[in-house]
Amino acid sequence: MIRVRDVRDKQAFAALFEHFAPRIKGYLIKSGADATMAEECAQDVMTTLWRKADQFDPTRASVSTWIFTIARNRRIDMLRRDRRPEPEELTWGPEPEPDQSEVLEIQQESARLVEAIATLPLNQRKLIEQAYFGDMTQAEIANITGLPLGTIKSRIRLALDRLRHAMK
Amino acid sequence: MLAYAAGTLPEAFNLIVATHLSLCDTCRADAGAYDALGGALLEEGNAEMADESLAEVLAALDDAPAPAPKREANGDLPAPLHSYVGGDLSSVRWRPVGMGVKQAILRTSKGATARLLCIPAGAAMPDHGHHGTEMTLVLKGAFQDADDYFARGDIEVAGKDVQHIPVADIHEDCICLAVTDAPLRFNGILPRIWQKFARI
Repeated sequence: MIRVRDVRDKQAFAALFEHFAPRIKGYLIKSGADATMAEECAQDVMTTLWRKADQFDPTRASVSTWIFTIARNRRIDMLRRDRRPEPEELTWGPEPEPDQSEVLEIQQESARLVEAIATLPLNQRKLIEQAYFGDMTQAEIANITGLPLGTIKSRIRLALDRLRHAMK
Repeated sequence: MLAYAAGTLPEAFNLIVATHLSLCDTCRADAGAYDALGGALLEEGNAEMADESLAEVLAALDDAPAPAPKREANGDLPAPLHSYVGGDLSSVRWRPVGMGVKQAILRTSKGATARLLCIPAGAAMPDHGHHGTEMTLVLKGAFQDADDYFARGDIEVAGKDVQHIPVADIHEDCICLAVTDAPLRFNGILPRIWQKFARI
């Protein structure tokens, strides 16, 4: 990603594409897009990544987190034609050279988060995924799964607690 | 917060969360954590792209960088509100709704309603409960109800079980962003009639 940002390296971009485009497409399909729309939209997200590469800051988010936010916003445009207000940009003051230890820390945290999700009990992991990818409110999840709303809320809370614990 | 990160909230709730995050660093950090969770979940699933996909995208890349987002703080309203109001507080088109209270309904998609409310210093809103969720974010001044005191940047989340009489702090007029996904439930008969006109 850094090579894409700093030297506009198309080979590095191709590698990112091979890894992330199918994942973005998978995410969009889970969120209710059909395959054609998801394909087009995933291409779009990758193009946006190229164009906005200079805004990527590895001390603030990992590549997958950053791509997730682009894909999510694109999905809101696509499925709902809503606007999504974003918070104010923080002014961090004159930026020194990014601190490599901070960058490393964010990368390691992301890897640990992926591991932590993999170790969640299946029912909790499913609900977290539905909450993120299903474009459903908890009440709608209750309708589809037939689980009482209280159970869903407590499972999601439990899952988030476990993740928090795993990240300590 | 999870729903904001997941992108499943109606626009009006997204607006109030984004505005609150502009004023609250603790919650901004939380929101970052929820984004990271989304990023980690993204790593899980996978759907094959069309064969010619990469070639097409590569061919279409150009070197025009996207303009940097302009969301800096300026004026007396947090940036997410600027485009909804058309400027800062002085551009709000207030409409009186009675008892000295003024409001301005902001244009958002259906599913929830966002409005700015201006409550005169020391004045009370009528006693009410909620059919759904009401989120109230203080932008200027402060208000309190029986349980808590809310100042600039604070957000109150009231659900079906909350019945309250918010009162603006006496020091200055209180300006809030209020978002509801269902009508309020007023106890008095007069406020109920008034409700029809004020679209609260």
